[in-house]
Formats: sequence, structure tokens, C-alpha cells
Amino acid sequence: MIYEGKQKIWKDYQKEIPDDHWYYVRSCIRQNFFPASERKFTDITRNDLGKDVYETPYHTTCGGIAYHCDAIPQETAMTIVARQFALMTESGYENYVPSCVTSFGNYVEILETWREFPELETRIREQLWKACRREFNKPKYLAHTSDLIYHWRNEIAEKARYRLIDKETGEPVRMAEHIGCHYAKMFPSKGIGGAEYPYVLAGMIESWGGQVVDYPERRHCCGYGFRQYHMKANRGYCVSNTHKKFESMEPYGIQAILTNCPGCCYFMDRWQYVISEQTGKTYGKDGFGIPVFTYEELAGLVLGYDPWDLGLQLHQVAVEPFLDRIGVEYDPKAKYLGLNKEDLLKPELPTNLKCF
Amino acid sequence: MKENVVIIGGGIAGMEAARQLLLLGYHPIVVEQKDRLGGHVGQWHRLFPDMASAQDLIRGLGEEISDANIFLETKVNSINRLRDGYQVMLSNGVNVACRSLLVASGFQLFDAARKEEYGYGVYDHVITNSDLEAWFNGKPDVRIPEVPENVGFVHCVGSRDLKAGNLECSKVCCMTAVKQAIEIKEKFPSARVWCFYMDLRLFGKKYEDFYLGAQQEYGIQFVRGRVSEVGETADGRLQVKAEDTLTGKPLRVRLDLLVLMAGMACNPEMTRLARMARLDIDSDGFLKSLDNIRSINASNRPGIFFAGACTGPKTVPETLAEARAAALDIHRYLQKGL
Amino acid sequence: MTDFGFKLSKSSAVELDKVDTTLFERLCEASPDARICMNCGSCGATCTAGPYSGMSLRKVLLGLQRGQDVRPLLSGCMLCGKCTMVCPRGINTRNLILNLCRIYD
Repeated sequence: MIYEGKQKIWKDYQKEIPDDHWYYVRSCIRQNFFPASERKFTDITRNDLGKDVYETPYHTTCGGIAYHCDAIPQETAMTIVARQFALMTESGYENYVPSCVTSFGNYVEILETWREFPELETRIREQLWKACRREFNKPKYLAHTSDLIYHWRNEIAEKARYRLIDKETGEPVRMAEHIGCHYAKMFPSKGIGGAEYPYVLAGMIESWGGQVVDYPERRHCCGYGFRQYHMKANRGYCVSNTHKKFESMEPYGIQAILTNCPGCCYFMDRWQYVISEQTGKTYGKDGFGIPVFTYEELAGLVLGYDPWDLGLQLHQVAVEPFLDRIGVEYDPKAKYLGLNKEDLLKPELPTNLKCF
Repeated sequence: MKENVVIIGGGIAGMEAARQLLLLGYHPIVVEQKDRLGGHVGQWHRLFPDMASAQDLIRGLGEEISDANIFLETKVNSINRLRDGYQVMLSNGVNVACRSLLVASGFQLFDAARKEEYGYGVYDHVITNSDLEAWFNGKPDVRIPEVPENVGFVHCVGSRDLKAGNLECSKVCCMTAVKQAIEIKEKFPSARVWCFYMDLRLFGKKYEDFYLGAQQEYGIQFVRGRVSEVGETADGRLQVKAEDTLTGKPLRVRLDLLVLMAGMACNPEMTRLARMARLDIDSDGFLKSLDNIRSINASNRPGIFFAGACTGPKTVPETLAEARAAALDIHRYLQKGL
Repeated sequence: MTDFGFKLSKSSAVELDKVDTTLFERLCEASPDARICMNCGSCGATCTAGPYSGMSLRKVLLGLQRGQDVRPLLSGCMLCGKCTMVCPRGINTRNLILNLCRIYD
């Protein structure tokens, strides 16, 4: 691998990211998958970095999930998005940051469609007015939340309590990055580093002391595939894609995976359990899986947030070996204690995948 | 005193035209940007179909044009219309007045790094057709393993590629791939070689013989399907994906060397010249001939003629024939003032 | 094993460098012509058995190189020789088919 070759490509795909004043919208599914990630995004950006990140409780799904599940036509998604933009405009913001990769892709696709077909934008404006008497400006800047963490990665590194370094060996932690398909595959120029060799997550790993490991199926989709997964009969081929990725990763001794998409993170984590039940195979050391993190979780970890406050107990794959590796202090007994130390009860353990 | 004819470009088109113009009694002035004559062919090793030495061709042409005025490492700064010709100002300070000039500025090899999915410049064992010829010519290349077991050739890299801005077929790459695949098999008889193609365009004299020979004598396998993605394996080899469109199945293959058949793209120098001399550009981005059947050598400007790949991808013999035809067109023009 | 109601699907991808092509190589020893097929499809187009049995010599040769079991195709052949007549590369197709049957036996 010629590192300079990748750097050359990264230089070609940079985008302007304003340093402050962002209007933040959440994902419709992340709250359930990794409930602390979005909350910690606001904590990290507001409290640790001192940025103005504003959100309003009135915002909704962007419609992207329904659009990708064939449940609504794109025009409906456009009208939902128009309302979201109206909320941003009413709040006095012009930089828009969604926390979901499919939302980001949905916004990019809609803005690009309106640029090509202005008459469609006019029609959506009329529909929005008829539906709820709102008007909107298009965002001046659109970024995904992983773009912002990337943008602030060095500030985070300066404040970091831990580095992605193996405490025993002093070696950088070996990490793979996985980018959600809708981040840049549709519009490579909108992603940091482009679509073939995205830099958005690799940049965080490097900046926080880890080593990025490339593997042949790195660019392959996690397999979620929206309407495919949602039909139970089709799930076999969803999990097969994740399986293909883990098989390809196997020889590299990868110690953790960083993702920027709600679905990817969820499925690459949960499918390791399904694969282990069906094949008996696990991909981490000593019967464990390979932990899969969101970028907020990883940023939170290096900044010294308590792993259980970051919601890491909701991961299928045990994160403890990773925490021990980089030396994060945590209380193993507190893993399944909720708010006010309420006992959440321990989940049933899988047959083959080692968990705590 | 012999009449000046300015030839822009010292590749095979410019050299052959200079040779003909000398024979016709003119004084050709060859302007070449690089520090040597011969252009792309000068970097090549062997030429199909007879496997002739490219170096011998360039040496021979060079010897025959020693009486021409040759400016190396020189660019054209401006071309201004005079009453009955052109004033050409060169970057070396020389000013030439001429009634006719020949554009032979050739092509630019498509930058294979632009097809990011193939990882040229990113993965350790991805090279281009041009790199392979340089290696055949003795230039060391660490990307080529000592004894490669599996070798792949990707046809149409940056050709027939609307998205890359190069819709046209580059004509020579299919045949070059077959030639180079055979040469690889000759160097590494134990290697398995696959050529990944969309169509095999083997139109020229003896090209089909090469294809048949590649299958029959060398066991080279032709897979109809364009490579979609290249990755690097843990042991530093390449993992290549394509669809075998004839069986309708996706393929994966581990390779030790992948050769990208970079196509012929417009030369930016040609675009600059076109602006300077107000020459028309065709829809493919190359210079526009007066017509594409009878007057391929003629431009929209009086006294300015074309030869070679500045009007589109050409083979070596086509380029040489065009250069001779252009010399004759120039001769007639200067005789009759057509 | 936990029943999830779905299972890992088998990939249809062909691992080109790992495919077992021993049969094809043995065929090439007996019928070197096997290498020079250019997949034009004339044989399949004219094949008497093709429309009813799926037989196509092109598919047989390509299938062998991709590690497929081509006996189901081959068993449809009526040995009429029409493919020999149309092959532009002059492959002795009848001989080739008989050689392949012998290899399978």
C-alpha cells in the first residue's frame, strides 16, 4: 500500500466545513441502536469543544429510511426535508448537520436534484406551504456529524485522556474503518476523501493515535440494504455481506471497527452474534468479537467519558477487551446499571460469541 | 532558400512528416516540448504486429531528419495570422514566419490514477501499459514481482468511459494487451494471465493472429467483464473483482500484478494550440478535421494541417500514413496556395 | 443452533484463481482446440439439443474453466455435428465432446 497515493486522493476531496454554529438533526433509528451517541455528540461539541450546536424538538425523520424501504416516493421525502430546512431557517441557522449517513445522502441527493430540476424545488415549496404554511432557505453548508468530528479531530486529540495505543505493547491499535454507502458512493465529491478511499474516519483514527488497516472488502456494503433487511426472507443475504467483510478482515488482526452510519454500526456489531451462532466462528481474540464503534463513542472514549455513559453496554460484542487495551478505567460491575443505579438485568449470553 | 514549415510535436507523426517534407524540398522546423524526439513510441519497447523495435523506428526516423531544424524543450508561445501565413513565436525566443504549419501534438496517456477504483499509485502491484513497456526496455520497477504467478490486464482504462470524459475507443489497447500478455507469458511461462475486456477490438492486420496465438500457444484467458474494484490482500497481493458476463457470475481473483491499459486522452497542449490558432475542437475533445473521410489532415484554418493522434486515437502505421499524407497536403498547398 | 428464520446465503462468486480446472486442462491435452473458443455462440445457436436441454458447447467450455459440473449440459448432446459445421475457429467439436465424456467416465 502506498500511503502517499491515498494522501494525494484525499487532497482532491476536501470540503469546506464552517467551524461553528450548526443546526443539528438526529437519526430516527440511532436513538434505539446506540442511544448515547447522539446525546454525547452534543455534550462533546458543546461542552468539550465549546461549539454552538442547536437542535429543536420539532424535527422529525428525514424520510430517507422510508424512501429507501420503498414505503414513500421521493417527493414525499423532499417535502419532509423541506420542513426540516424550514425549522433550520426559523431557528436562524444556515449550517445543517444530520447525524445519520442515509439522511446525509438523502439531503445531498435532494439538493442536487433541486439544482438540476429547479421546477421540482418550486413544487415542493408550494406543497410545504399548503401542508403547514412554512417556508425555507436551503442550507449554506451541509455536513454529516462525522465530518464535524473529523473537522475537530485534532482539538479532540489535544483534550484526549486516552490514545488509541495498546497500553501493553505501546503499538497503535489496529482499526478498520467502515463508511456508510450513502455517505459518498452517490456523490463522491461530497465526502471527505471521496468514495473509494474515504478519509473521514481514517483521519480520526490517525489523529487519536491508532493505525488504519485496509482490507480487500473495505468498500463493501455492510449488507443492511433497508428494504432487503426489512423482509425477513431476505436477511440471509444481508448477513452474508457482513460475513464476507469479516472473512476478508480476518487475516489482519483488526482490534476495533469505526463506522459512521447507524445501520453499518448496528449490523456489523449484531451480525457477529448471528454469524457465530450459525458458523461457530468469532473474529476477535479468544472467542470475542471485534467491537464496532460509532465516531461519537470513540471520541467520547478518548476524551475520558465513562464507557457505560457512552452506552457501550448496548453493544452485542463485548467492548471490555478494547477498553483494557487502551487503558480506559471502568467499573465492570456498573455495566448493566441504568440511571440512579437501577439494575437493568444482564442479557442472555450467546452460545459461541464471548460476552460479559 | 528553402521554405519553412513549422511542425508542432516531435513524436512519430512530426518526425515522419519532417522526413517527407525534407524529401519534398522544404525546411521543416520541429518544435518538441520534451528533451527528446519520439514521443510515446520512443518510450515503447516492441510494436505489433511484427514485434519491431520501437527504438529502431525512432532512431531510423531521427537519422533521416538530421537536416531538419529541431528545437527540443521548446513550446509554441503564440501563433499569429499574417497576410499569407503565420508568425510562430517559440519559447526559446525564435520567431518563424511560415505559410503552412503542421499540428502533430499527439495524445496524452490517460492518467490511470483517475480511475480510483483500480488503485494505481495506491496499491503496490498496479502498473500501466506504459510502465510495462518501460520495464521491457530495462527500466527497473519494484511493482513487478520477481516471478508473478497471476497477472491481470484491464482493457479500456479511461477509454469508452463517458464518466471519465473519454467516450471513444482508444483503438490500440486491446491489441497492446494481447501483445503484452504474450510478452509476460514469454518472460514468466508459469504465470496465469487473464485479460478483462468489454469487447475485444482486434481490427488490424494480424491482430486476430495474436489473439488466436495468445489462446492457443500461451493459454491466456480472456474474461468478458470490466474490472470494478481492486483491493490489497494481507500478503500484499491484489484482489480484483469483475463480472464474468458470459456466465453471469461475479468473479474474484488474487493477482500478483495488474496492468491497466490506459487509453489515449486529449493532450492539454493540443487544446492550448487550438485556442491560439483558432482551431475547431471536435465533440470528442480532439482537434476537428475539415471532414473525417476525405480531409482528415485538413483544419478549419488555411495552411494548418493535422497528423496523428491530435485528431483522435491512432495506431503507429495509421499515424505514419497520415504524416505522409499531411506532408503531401502541405506541399500541394504551398505549390498552389490552396 | 439458534434458528433466526434465515441463514447465510451461499455466494455465487467464482474465485477465479482457486477454481479447479484440472478437467479443462485434461481436455486441452486431448483436444487442444478447447483453448481457442472465442465465445461467439454459433454452436449454441445451432445446437439441436440446445433449446430443449440447455446444451451449448460454449457454455460447456466456459463452465469447465469456472469449475462447474457441465455433465448435465453435456448429456443433452446428440452428436449431430452441426456445431462442427458452424464453428468459425474450426474446433473439432464432436471429437472434443467425446474426449470430455471419456474424461468424465
